[in-house]
Amino acid sequence: MKIWLPLDSAAVALGADEIATALVAEAARRGVTLDLVRNGSRGMIWLEPLAEVEVNGVRHGFGAMTLDDVAGLFGDLAAHPKALGPVDELPWMKAQTRLTFARCGVIDPLSIADYRAHGGFEGLERAKTMSKPELVAEVTDSGLRGRGGAGFPTGIKWKTVSEAPGEKKYIVCNADEGDSATFADRMIMEGDPFVLIEGMAIAGLACGATQGYVYIRSEYPIAIKVMRKAVEIARSVGVLGSQFDMEIRVGAGAYVCGEETSLLNSLEGKRGVVRAKPPLPALQGFMGRPTVVNNVISLASVPVILAKGAAFYKGFGLGRSRGTIPLQIAGNVKHGGLYEIAFGLTLGEIVDGIAGGTASGRPVKAVQVGGPLGAYFPRALFDTPFGYEEFAGKDGLIGHAGLTIFDDTADMLGMARFAMEFCAIESCGKCTPCRIGSTRGVETLDRLAQGDASAMPVLTDLCNTMKLGSLCALGGFTPYPVMSAVTHFPDDFARAKEAAE
Amino acid sequence: MLDSIDLETRIREILDAHRGQEGSLLPILHDVQEAYGYVPEAALPIIAADLQITKAEAHGVMTFYHDFREKPAGRKVLKLCRAESCKSMGADALAAEVQAKLGLDWHETSADGAVTLEPIFCLGLCACGPAAMVDGKLVGRATAEALVAKVKA
Repeated sequence: MKIWLPLDSAAVALGADEIATALVAEAARRGVTLDLVRNGSRGMIWLEPLAEVEVNGVRHGFGAMTLDDVAGLFGDLAAHPKALGPVDELPWMKAQTRLTFARCGVIDPLSIADYRAHGGFEGLERAKTMSKPELVAEVTDSGLRGRGGAGFPTGIKWKTVSEAPGEKKYIVCNADEGDSATFADRMIMEGDPFVLIEGMAIAGLACGATQGYVYIRSEYPIAIKVMRKAVEIARSVGVLGSQFDMEIRVGAGAYVCGEETSLLNSLEGKRGVVRAKPPLPALQGFMGRPTVVNNVISLASVPVILAKGAAFYKGFGLGRSRGTIPLQIAGNVKHGGLYEIAFGLTLGEIVDGIAGGTASGRPVKAVQVGGPLGAYFPRALFDTPFGYEEFAGKDGLIGHAGLTIFDDTADMLGMARFAMEFCAIESCGKCTPCRIGSTRGVETLDRLAQGDASAMPVLTDLCNTMKLGSLCALGGFTPYPVMSAVTHFPDDFARAKEAAE
Repeated sequence: MLDSIDLETRIREILDAHRGQEGSLLPILHDVQEAYGYVPEAALPIIAADLQITKAEAHGVMTFYHDFREKPAGRKVLKLCRAESCKSMGADALAAEVQAKLGLDWHETSADGAVTLEPIFCLGLCACGPAAMVDGKLVGRATAEALVAKVKA
């Protein structure tokens, strides 16, 4: 009997390990030979832990599993209270376009045979037959832009590194996924680690880099474990080795290290302070040498681009946002999880349609798009199509494509204050607008909360200074959540004034 | 008390294990913390001398990162996520309840050394919040009762 049960952090946090132990015990008790595969998550977090049982070659889902549901998996499956039917036929799965996440939740993450059987290494095989300029051109033509948040064209970055002089070059994968509402990097590292390794190996070929690093945040213990094992396996089969090798590095709880220059300093064993640009990391990055710094999802999208061609990938999306984007739907949400789809759905289609509104059943008040540095969107802006330029046009950003949904109990002044507080805690201290501005921001919002309306011009001015005067996105983008809360939810700021009066 | 000779021997073993690694200070500090539960002050001069950096630089790096401890934590460490997605699911109320039940504020360790309470900003469990971590073990849809039971177990 074959059962899949995720090793994914979210599944584990909801009891998957206990279910796994119970499955093994129940199988032993019944004398059943159990082949238990710990897969990645399919992304339907509200159904986790999601067990899958193969019936006549079709995987049937059962979730959310509790310990009481374990014995039933060995009985009449059709009568199981948690039976969901074939997983691939579930509406959530059927409507997606899974390119980057095609294998996530499907295969055994650490089986190289499984990976190959599902199209793995096809991109790398093709890449080996191409020249460096051809590889760079393929990625440029695909329209792939940095999925970490900045949206910089990946091919252009690669071109700079590829053409830069230097004896040793590096591919650094930014897996310091610290934004709330984002977990796509974690899910792919836990559910399909070889796709990231393959993407980095292709980047190595395109840029003439021989060494890679994956900088994973320490808050992701399972992803670290899976990636380390995957690197060992990839070495054992010769995918990694003398031509291109890589190492998994672990962060140490500093949010700012998700910023690429700060990450490079951290990787070099220094304080994770931001570096001024120029010089660009592409020319003087890790150890002062030419370095590609790409997000996990950017790199994990490269194998499918190489395997199926730039035109195929570019065929999805809208405007200058090409390809697919793994939406991460989170917060107070009925159906939360990972949903990969072409750019272009409206925010309303995502929040009301796919996500089904809030978990609490109360009306949606606000959606923060793009993590702690992203703007809060009110219902009035739900017609905004999901794309880099489209969100920028509404004074927001898509960032790493995380969406946090809030119901009508959310206090937007409190959330604005938290944005400033978070910036103050996590500021690296290098530039003044961020280091000092964030603390002044907390104080100014406290004045507003006490009904001091004269604090509003100060807050606006302060946000402007932070936006224009900060070295990196931490200080520079903290004004997005703050000012969007002020602009779109004025009642939450006026109420405080009334209270004072 | 740590035996200083033992400490030096152990730190040198860790340093040797990282010989030749590019930018090895963070991996070294992680290993030291893994070995001792914190980074003993006496370890820094040994590390600094070996890496040919000043003790101030080593200290500066260690104190920059939230993960590295200057003194041991409680026997159990409870980390509560304070980020936006968990907030939308009541993380603030959960934190207040846990703090009241344990009688601890952030970064405090109980008098009997049993538990340390720490904030954390995102565990990547944003669709099943509020999230927590008890001694490295992840908890989704956390409740105060369940968390307190786990740290007192």
